[in-house]
Order: sequence, then C-alpha cells, then structure tokens
Amino acid sequence: MKPTPSIQVYWRANVRLIAVLLSIWFLVGYVVSIVLAPTLNQWRLGEVPLGFWFAQQGSIYVFILLIWIYARRMDTLDRVYDVHED
Amino acid sequence: MSAELWTYLIVGLSFLFYIYIGYASRVRDTKGFYVAGRSVPPIANGAATAADWMSAASFISMAGVISVLGYDGAIYLMGWTGGYVLLALLLAPYLRKYRKFTVPDFVGDRYASNAARTIAAIATILVSLVYIAAQMRGVGIVFSRFLALDIAQGVLIGVAVVAFFAILGGMKGVTWTQAAQYAVLIIAYLIPCFALAYMLTGNPIPQLALAFSDISERINQLQAELGFGEYTAPFQNKPMIDVLAVTAALMIGTAGLPHVIIRFYTTPDVRSARYSAFWALLFIGLLYTTAPALAMFARYNLIETLNNKPIEQVRQIDWVAKWERTGLLKIVDKNGDGIVQVAKGKAFKEKGGKPDFNEPDMSNPNEVHLDNDIIVLSTPEVARLAPFVIALLAAGGLAAALSTASGLLIAISSAVAHDLYYRVFNPRAPERLRLLVGRLAMIPVLAIAAYFGINPPGFVAQLVAFAFGLAASGLFPAILLGIFDRRMNYQGAIAGMAVGLTFTTVMIMLMRAPQLFGTSQPIIKDVFGISAEGIGIIGMFLNMITALIVSRITAPPPAQIQELVDSIRIPRGAGEALEE
Repeated sequence: MKPTPSIQVYWRANVRLIAVLLSIWFLVGYVVSIVLAPTLNQWRLGEVPLGFWFAQQGSIYVFILLIWIYARRMDTLDRVYDVHED
Repeated sequence: MSAELWTYLIVGLSFLFYIYIGYASRVRDTKGFYVAGRSVPPIANGAATAADWMSAASFISMAGVISVLGYDGAIYLMGWTGGYVLLALLLAPYLRKYRKFTVPDFVGDRYASNAARTIAAIATILVSLVYIAAQMRGVGIVFSRFLALDIAQGVLIGVAVVAFFAILGGMKGVTWTQAAQYAVLIIAYLIPCFALAYMLTGNPIPQLALAFSDISERINQLQAELGFGEYTAPFQNKPMIDVLAVTAALMIGTAGLPHVIIRFYTTPDVRSARYSAFWALLFIGLLYTTAPALAMFARYNLIETLNNKPIEQVRQIDWVAKWERTGLLKIVDKNGDGIVQVAKGKAFKEKGGKPDFNEPDMSNPNEVHLDNDIIVLSTPEVARLAPFVIALLAAGGLAAALSTASGLLIAISSAVAHDLYYRVFNPRAPERLRLLVGRLAMIPVLAIAAYFGINPPGFVAQLVAFAFGLAASGLFPAILLGIFDRRMNYQGAIAGMAVGLTFTTVMIMLMRAPQLFGTSQPIIKDVFGISAEGIGIIGMFLNMITALIVSRITAPPPAQIQELVDSIRIPRGAGEALEE
C-alpha cells in the first residue's frame, strides 16, 4: 500500500523542519563555535570572549532549544495531518 | 561529625534508596524487563537518560580535562550534548514507533536479515562492554578516594547493588533508580560549584559568573604570565580540523550508542519520546554548562593559591595536605628555592601512563602535579563547605557511575538474550524462558565488568575512542538510512556497516598502536590531521556512501519492508497493545 498523499505531505513537512533545525545545529555547533571562534573572540558577551562562550555555553543552550522547538512544531504537524495519538 | 562518617551515612542511605526502588519496581514480563512496560513519563525518562548518559568520567574527570584544555575542551562539551539533537530529530521518535526492544531488533527487522541483526548485536555488546568496565573502575575509585576501602571492595559493592536492581527490576528498576540517581548527582555537583562561584566572583550562578565577572580576563592574564597560552584561545592543543572531527564523531557516536537509544523505547508514545529528548538534554545541559565554569574557576583558584608561595606555607592549607597524601596533587621543589612555581610542562616523569613521584622531570620549571580529578574532588574543601558536602559529592560520583553501568547492563543483556538467543538462536523460546535468559545474561556481564574494574588493562582509556567510533561508523548510519531511505536494502546496510566498522577499527588500532600493541610510535599518526577520537566521522561517511551505492545497484527491499518504513514515519499507533 502506498502512503496516502496527505501522509506524504506530512513526511515532507517533517523532513523540511528537520533540515532547517539541523542547519542551525550545524551553523551554531561547527561554524560559529569552532570555525569562527578565533574571529568572534574579538568581541565579548558580558566579559567573556564570544567565540569561547559559544563553544562552552551558548551552543548547548541552542541544542536544548532546537529539540524543544522540534517537539512543539511536531505536535502541531501531527494534529494538522491527523496522525497524532489520542 | 567527620567527612568519612558522613560519607558512610549518605552513601549508605543512597544505596538503600536505590535498592528499595529496585525492589518496588520488580517485573514479571519481558516488556517490563526490556522497556519498562513503556509507561515512563517524559520528564522521568529525561532524568533517567541524563543519569544513564553522564558517567563517572563526566562527573569526576570532565571538568579537570577541560581546565587543562581551555577552549579546546569544547570538543567534549559540544560532542557529548549535540548528539541529542540528532537523536531527537532523526532517530528516537521512529525507533519508538517501531515498538521493539533493542537496537539490533530494528536493524535486523528493517533489513530482514539475521546477518545484519548479528553485526548490530555484536557492535552493541562490544561498545557497551568497553563502557561498563570504565564505570566499574569509577565506582572503585570513588570508594577508595572517599572511604578507607580498596578498589576491589568498592567494585564488588557496586556490582552487588547494580545486580540487585537490574536483575530484579530490569529496565523498569533501572529507569526509576536512574531518575533518583540523577537527582543525587546533580545536587552533589551544583552545590560546591555554586559555593566556589560565589567565593571567587560574588555571583553564585556559575553560568552567569563565567560570563559577567572578570574571571576569564583574570585567568587569561595569569596563564599568559606563567607561559601557558590564553585559556579562551582556540586550537592550542588540537588543530581546527581535529576539533571539528572529534566534536562530530562524539556527537554522532552519542546518537548511535545503544544504551542511550533504548531509553527512548520506554515512553508511552512518539510524542513523549520527543519530549524525553528535550528533558534529557536540559538535565544534561545543567551539568554540562556548569562544568566549564567550574573548570575555569577551579584552575584559576588552584594556580593563584599555589603559585609563587612558600612551600611550607602552602602545605599548611588542609586541603593541600590532604590531596598531596592521595597523589592527586604533588609539589616538588625542583630548584630548591622553597617557592612553588606553576609552569607549562609535567612536574614528574611518566611511567606506564602515571606520574612517577620519585622522578621529577627537570626539563621544565613546573613544580606542581595536578590530577584532572582534583578539580571536582577538591572543590568542597577549597570553598570551605561543611563535611557533609564532601559526602554528597561521593554519593554523586557513585550515582553517576552506577546509573551508567546499569543502563549499559540492560543494553548488553538485551542484545545477548533478546537478539542473539531469542531472535537468532531460539525463536520459539517461551516468554518465561526469555525473561530468565535476560536475567542470567547479566551475571557474566557483571563478572567481566568487575574483573576489568579491579584489573584495568592499560588501554581502557583508549577503548573509549573505539566505543564512539564503532557507534558512529556502524550503528548510526544503519539506523538513519533505515528510517529516511525507503530504498535502502540489506545488501547496502551490511556492506556499509562492514566498511565503516572495519575502517574505523583498523585506523584506531594503527593510530593507538603504542598503547594497544606497545610499538614505540603510532603506525599512522593521523589522517589529514584527524586523530583516533575523530576518525569515526570518516568511517560514518564511508559507511553511508557504500550503503547508498550498493543499495542502488541491487534489488529494492520487498514491499512489506517499504510498508514498515512508511508506518514508522507516522506517530499514530505507537501505544497500541501489540504482541512483541
């Protein structure tokens, strides 16, 4: 049995959301916190160099936030496409 | 009351508490034994996952390692948290929907292949065994450092406690004790950190004290004066390419570790699996954002207290005297001037991976040996806290080690009893027999873990690179492609796992040859600057490329497999009663 069209749309929306959130994950974890860290260290957050702060603090906050956003958005998607559990 | 008496009391009470929880959640069926009856609410599962994940090493050693690495310590901070994003978005919800017991279960069924199931089961067992031996060692070390017990006695007590609640309560017992152990370990970690942050900066919240006080400025200056690089400057210990690779390999390895993945099987539905991952990372993040602050504060305070002071005066500080007796701290007056000097380089020559206190290393002026573990262990005394806080720290370290050990024990025993015995060897085994085999499988695993805990081979630390490498290059791609690529077939998955696992294993053995085989030089130093810890990321890409190519030149998987993939992609139906 082929999945119904609405399920296919649901899956594509899910994959799109994952792609957006993982792009942020990659950007914050690898680009900002590592590749750009020497550059960002010229600036400060409070009194700590910014690149260092992202690598040892900020990235972790962003990771937590990403999972929360995903869980929240999927609650909505599950209901819109009627694949949620009661 | 002395710290030692407090320690017996608090550790003893915490053990009784775990044993009680284990007894109260004893189980009678395989569903309870392997997946806690799928009745664990997200917040409890998050706490259990956090305790499952944070090991003795995270609790006792990580802050110390970071304090030495400075910025570069971020590989562990990001590497051991970022994987949860992958788990939450790519794996956990779908594996939960599949309603099975283990990771090899999914791999075996998705690819309709007992060969794939067996490879996954063996990878699960290897990865988890490496890890559990290190945990038992951690239990022994905590006992020996805080109480007058030797390591062997400590390991045996730890094994007995874990055996009790794991054999009786299976996953259900382990889950609820882990949730309790999270509470113990996080309180134990935070209290001394709050006190130290307040003492050094006037702000009790370590995360805020790190950013909004001049402490990072002060440590950068201090390190520069003493000839270390700036604490906050990147890439002083590792080149950028290796920092990237190690971070990625640890993240992906985390997402592929079976004892972490199976925690998400215990929730009532798909939605709770997603929120579990959120709670888990929030709870882990609490410790993982505190650790780098502690690392910075404690290093600053230790150097400031010791450097340029007369040795006699320093030795009168009670915690200096105490930790010097244990060998975690050692001062040697190399130039005989009576003044302590902290500088770059090792204070003592190394013998068998340990400093030899009879042989000062005269090639550099550094006169202080600091063991990594002292950063966490000395904090209560440095911050002048009451003796019961020291006892709490011991209970916290034990909670971290025991919770991880028990999670690993479930992962190994389920791979042996459920995947290898029941699914491959004796598919007709009745429920009662399967439950019995699951319980019996734990005994040899605990025996092996206890043996290696008491007699650690010199290469235990090297094996951790293997655990993450194998999980990243073998298990993660097979699961990921099984969910997101309908066209993936068993030929592709097996070829991918074979290539990824072989490449990673061979590379780590070549790069760690001195520790593993006793050669004088590594056979390969690195691959484009990537070290053994990061090599799993290349193995993962090789696995995926191989799997994609092989699957496209062989026949597509049968229709019922494609239907299975479609069904795990939608959440509805995860809670249905089903014969498993």
